[in-house]
Amino acid sequence: MMTEQTLLLDPAGTEAEKVHGRPRLLLDATMHYCPGCSHGTVHRLVAEAIDELEAEEQAIGITPVGCAAFLYNYIDIDWVQASHGRAPSVATAMKRLCPDKLVFTYQGDGDLAAIGTAEAIHAANRGDNIAIIFINNAIYGMTGGQMAPTTLLGMKTATTPMGRDAALNGYPFKVADMLTLLDGVTYVARQSVDTPAHVRQAKKSIKKAFDNSIHNRGFSFVEIVATCNSGWKMPPVAANRWMEENMHAVYPLGELKDLAAQKAAQE
Amino acid sequence: MEDIKLMKGNEVLAYAAIRCGADGYFGYPITPQSEVLETLTELRPWETTGMVVLQAESEVASINMVYGGASAGKRVMTSTSSPGLSLMCEGLSYLAGAELPCVVIDVSRGGPGLGTIQASQADYFQVVKGGGHGDYRTPVLAPNSVQEMNDFVELAFDLAFKYLNPVVILADGVIGQMMEKVKLSPQKPRRTEAQIRKECPWAALGKGSERKARNIVTSCYIDPETMERHNRKLQEKYDRMERDEVRCEEIETADAEYILVAYGVSSRICAKVVEDARSEGLRVGLIRPITLFPFPAGAIRRAVERGVRGFLSVELSMGQMIEDVRSAAGDARLPVRHFGRTGGIIHSPREVYDALKRLMTETGGLQ
Repeated sequence: MMTEQTLLLDPAGTEAEKVHGRPRLLLDATMHYCPGCSHGTVHRLVAEAIDELEAEEQAIGITPVGCAAFLYNYIDIDWVQASHGRAPSVATAMKRLCPDKLVFTYQGDGDLAAIGTAEAIHAANRGDNIAIIFINNAIYGMTGGQMAPTTLLGMKTATTPMGRDAALNGYPFKVADMLTLLDGVTYVARQSVDTPAHVRQAKKSIKKAFDNSIHNRGFSFVEIVATCNSGWKMPPVAANRWMEENMHAVYPLGELKDLAAQKAAQE
Repeated sequence: MEDIKLMKGNEVLAYAAIRCGADGYFGYPITPQSEVLETLTELRPWETTGMVVLQAESEVASINMVYGGASAGKRVMTSTSSPGLSLMCEGLSYLAGAELPCVVIDVSRGGPGLGTIQASQADYFQVVKGGGHGDYRTPVLAPNSVQEMNDFVELAFDLAFKYLNPVVILADGVIGQMMEKVKLSPQKPRRTEAQIRKECPWAALGKGSERKARNIVTSCYIDPETMERHNRKLQEKYDRMERDEVRCEEIETADAEYILVAYGVSSRICAKVVEDARSEGLRVGLIRPITLFPFPAGAIRRAVERGVRGFLSVELSMGQMIEDVRSAAGDARLPVRHFGRTGGIIHSPREVYDALKRLMTETGGLQ
C-alpha cells in the first residue's frame, strides 16, 4: 500500500535524477485551501526562501486572521498568531526585541488593507526591519466572499451583489503603490503566481524581502496578486485567466521600489 | 546605599520598569499617564540596559506590540488611561487566550466616553471583570502610594510569568500624578536569550540551534473539544490565583462594627476616616483590596463572621466594586452601601465620614 511518504518513483537505482520535491520546511500536511487557491504556491515559496537563506533557526512568522490563519500548520518554523490586522505591530516589537531574527507577516487584503491599514502603514513608515507578504485576491475568502478594499470596480461579491460601485464603496486600494512613497520603505514588489515565470519572480522578491529583514535593511513589502476561485466562483483555470485580464491591469506586476543595495552600501 | 527620591507616581513606573529588567515598553500618549513614556524616553534605557522603548501609533498597536514581545518570552509592558484601555481590550483577550505574560498599567480617568482627564476609579468592571471577549481573568494590582507604583511593577512581572497571563496595575490619576517619597528598586539585569529559552520553552524566538520542534503562539482552537479543554485549563489557573494570590491590607478591623472597603486613592482617604472615627470612639475599620482580582472575599467574610454591622464601599465611581463586596458578604440582610464621587471630584474625608455616620445611624450603630 502506498503511504504518504512513498515516492511515486524512487530515483535510487534508476537512471532518473530527482530534480524537484517538497521543500524541506514545507510540512507534509493536507492544506485546508480550496483547489486552485494561490496560498499553497506562496507557502511553498516562503518555505523555499527561508531554507535557501539558511534562516530556519532564526525565522519567526506572524500569521493573520483569514484563510492563512493556519499557515503555522504548513511551514516548519516558529509562528505567532496575531489578531485581525495587527500582525505588523506584533512583528515590529518582535524584531526590535530580537534584531538578529527574520521576522515577517503574511496577510490578506481584508487583514492588511482594511482593518489593519494603520498598523501596516506605520510599521512601513517607521522603517521597521520586517517583511510583509501581502496576498491580494480582491475578496474576503474566509468569511464567504465579501468585498475587500482591493475589490475591482464592477466586481460582484457577497456585499457588492450588483458589482463594486465607486460612488458607494470607493476605489481599488493600491497599497503597494502607496507604500513606495514612504521613506522608511526599502523594498516594494508586486508579483503573481499564475505562470512559472511569475512564480520565479515572486520567489525572488520574497527572498529579497526576507534578506532585508535578516540584515536590518528597512521595511519590505511583497504583494502577491492572487486568485480566490471559491470567492470569485470560478474554476481554477478561469480564475487565473480572469486575474491576468482584470487584476493585473489594475495591479501591474514588477518591482516598484528597491533601495536594498543602497542600504547595504550604508552598512 | 538606598535610592530614595521624591517623585511622581507615573515617573516611578518608568524607573521601576527599567530597574526590574524589562525588555520593552510600547505606549501611546494619553493623560493622565503620559509621563511614563516621557520619562522612559528621557532616561534612554536602550543605551544602558538595552530596553526597547517605542511610541506606537495607537493603543491598539501598543498592546499588539506587547503581544509580539511577550510571544518571544520578553518582559514587556504598556501603560495607558481609560479610553486607551478600551482599545487594548481586544489585545488583552488575545494575550490571555495565548497565555502570554505582560504588564498593562491603567492610570484611570473619568468616563464614559471622552469623559474627563481627572482621576477616577470607574474602570473597575472593565479591568477586574475582563474587558475583552471570552472567558478570561487577569490579576489586578491596585497601588495606593507612589512606593507601591514602584513595587508593583516587578510584582506584576513576577505574577505574569508565574501564571503566563497578563497582569494589570489599576492605578488612578491621583496616584499617577502625586509626588511622594519613594525607595527605588535596585537595577536588575535583563535576561539573556539563552535564559529566556530555558525559562520560556514555549517562546517563539526562532527554533535556534537546539530546538527541533516549532513553537506556535496562538489563541485559536477550532476543534470544540480542544477549545473547551483550553478554557478549563485557563479556569484552573484563575482558581489557583484566587487561592494563592489574594492580597489585602486591613486597618483596625479586629473589633470593627463598620468597615469601609476602598482601594487606590480612596483607601488613603478612608484611612484618614478610620483615624477620625476612632478618635471619636467609633469602632470603624478599613479593608483595602490590593488585588482586585483575586478579590479579598475572605477578609470580608471573616468580618461578617465577627459580627460586623455594615460595609461602606468607597469608590470614585457610581458603585462597581460594591458588587464584589456584596457578593463576598453573602448575607442579603447585611447593609452594604456605596459612597463615591465622580467626574474627577475626589471625596473628602469629611463627606466619607458623613456617609458612614448616615449608614451607622440608619442601621442602629450610632445613637
